[in-house]
Amino acid sequence: MSAELTGAEITIRCLQEEGVKCIFGYPGGAVLFIYDELFKQDKVRHILVRHEQAAIHAADGYARSSNKVGVALVTSGPGVTNAVTGIATAYMDSIPMVIISGQVPTNAIGLDAFQEVDTVGITRPCVKHNFLVKDITELAHTIKKAFYIASTGRPGPVLVDIPKDVSQQKTKFVYPDKVSMRSYNPVTKGHAKQIKKAVELILSAKRPVVYAGGGVILSDAAPQLTEMTQMLNFPCTNTLMGLGGYPATDKQSLGMLGMHGTYEANMAMQYCDVLIAVGARFDDRVIGNPKHFFNENRKIIHIDIDPSSISKRVRVDIPIVGDVLDVLKELIKLLKIEKDKPDHVALKEWWKQIDLWRERDCLKFDRKSKIIKPQMVIEKLFEITKGDAFITSDVGQHQMWAAQFYKFDKPRRWINSGGLGTMGFGMPAAMGVQLANPHGKVACVTGEASIQMCIQELSTCKQYNLPLKIINLNNRYMGMVRQWQEFFHGNRYAESYMNALPDFVKLAESYGHVGMKIEKPEDVGDALKESFKLKDQLVFMDFITDQSENVFPMVPGGKGLSEMILV
Amino acid sequence: MENEAGALSRVAGLFSARGYNIESLSVAPTEDLTLSRMTLVTVGSDEVVEQVTKQLNKLIEVVKIIDLSDGNHIERELMLVKVRAVDAEREEIKRLAEIFRGSIIDVTDKSYTIELTGTSEKLDAFLEAIESSAVLETVRTGASGIGRGEWILKV
Repeated sequence: MSAELTGAEITIRCLQEEGVKCIFGYPGGAVLFIYDELFKQDKVRHILVRHEQAAIHAADGYARSSNKVGVALVTSGPGVTNAVTGIATAYMDSIPMVIISGQVPTNAIGLDAFQEVDTVGITRPCVKHNFLVKDITELAHTIKKAFYIASTGRPGPVLVDIPKDVSQQKTKFVYPDKVSMRSYNPVTKGHAKQIKKAVELILSAKRPVVYAGGGVILSDAAPQLTEMTQMLNFPCTNTLMGLGGYPATDKQSLGMLGMHGTYEANMAMQYCDVLIAVGARFDDRVIGNPKHFFNENRKIIHIDIDPSSISKRVRVDIPIVGDVLDVLKELIKLLKIEKDKPDHVALKEWWKQIDLWRERDCLKFDRKSKIIKPQMVIEKLFEITKGDAFITSDVGQHQMWAAQFYKFDKPRRWINSGGLGTMGFGMPAAMGVQLANPHGKVACVTGEASIQMCIQELSTCKQYNLPLKIINLNNRYMGMVRQWQEFFHGNRYAESYMNALPDFVKLAESYGHVGMKIEKPEDVGDALKESFKLKDQLVFMDFITDQSENVFPMVPGGKGLSEMILV
Repeated sequence: MENEAGALSRVAGLFSARGYNIESLSVAPTEDLTLSRMTLVTVGSDEVVEQVTKQLNKLIEVVKIIDLSDGNHIERELMLVKVRAVDAEREEIKRLAEIFRGSIIDVTDKSYTIELTGTSEKLDAFLEAIESSAVLETVRTGASGIGRGEWILKV
């Protein structure tokens, strides 16, 4: 008979059984027994952050860059409430994650105990699922379920709340090989008839566009998306979440679409006759105005694992519910045996039109400027890293410039908070990326406003020797807020100026890192090169950039795709 | 759905978070005690109802969902209504209750409590038939529904 284990031991054993190598967390009263067990073993490495939000973002970055389930461990009450922003971020971007939280003892629940919150209640709207484990005999099974739910179907964060007394109680430990749930059976294979219909429509297309989103990345279907797009010679545009799903340096790539997408991508979206949406959800940053979108006629094929993403904002003609990878494989198979080919002549005309749109050169900027242009910094970063770095970002103008100017050829290299738009995401996410990819080059593109939202993590980076390259595009403004105020609020820059900024060089140095301040365009390249030569050190580069620079093109909120403001 | 703590709040939370209306909601365990059955009445365009259905299906604890209004179905709601009943009213209300096939389940010298079952419309009609000042208190369960004939919702 096997010996009985405590709930805390079981928790750690479950993580080991799941093959978890690295978790992110912060101890506290309700998780002390669990931390005690962590201490006694060395299979699961614990990374101590400086704030729980960062623990979740780091687990998130770890998951996004590795396709493993990210794991975080936080205490009850404020531990959980601090984690909520991170959990909501992961939820919006469908990131597989398991969060273990401590809870006050079961007999104290509901009595307004010290560090008590209704964790299951607070996190309910921003998790895929959550559990409160009141019975020790259910603990192992529940954790198994949590990993299963988090990583299957449309992925997402799952929280397991463990009261302190449950972590102390003992029971026999049996980790189930698998779980089956009658109420949760995600579809993977697409419907054969729908796929056949899609093939017919694809072959009839005269002005096709492939519109690929984060689902391509999540299901590891970038090679299949690329194969299909290239065998058809169709143009492909990627969403912010889908960058890297199709190689951006390829001639068939139109770049990103949407609010700050390229002219050619948005025009092609608007005027195509057949749209193949792959793992994308027609959100308001892509289709700002669904009514305007339907001023033009087109047929839409929509492949997505989540039925509720289909026909939510935009009606589609051929829905295919299934895992993007499975469906694309099936589509490719059918297209290969199909004798008919897409209309060669029509396609040639379409490419001619697209090339005309491309000539508009929508991403141009003043390359002779005496002040550093933020776009130029990203271009240099791309050149120097040969497009092979992991780039995380915070939220705002710098995020859009990174998305526009860093040409992602590979999936899981672009790590950003797309759905929730969480400032403060970049650096902690980069920590997770670096831990998942110890030999990878990891850069965090940020701004002086965003970086200050999780600046304390410079300390974590020191503790674990994470040699991130922080690219601070410092324009002394919350740039995107300022841009909207310039365009839509009569140049009244209400509270968007960043006053009383720290000396970032000294700040970095005080944490034991290298700081650089770069003020001249001609110094940008050298600074970046030098930073990557400092292989074992975090380098904080404070680029003093043009304050008045705006992100173009821009589709103003609620406007149609072809109603872009251009530079 | 699974008869588990918190399942109901997931459904209610989903409706409020996504801005859908709950007209009525009635829920209790079934003959299989691991399952609860919920009848939820909502109003919306076809697109909204489609989204509601899809979103509910995504909840991990929801086992199966059908839109009863897709086919022939039976709908019943229970109402208990306490009405003032003095003098001549006593006879009249008793007669009215009979017409609506209700039964008087509690009596005082000043009031009747009537139990009435039917569609929500029938219960509304009963309340309209009674002088409003005579209605002292009402309590309604919300509709419960089931498909007609061989149309069976079974897990």
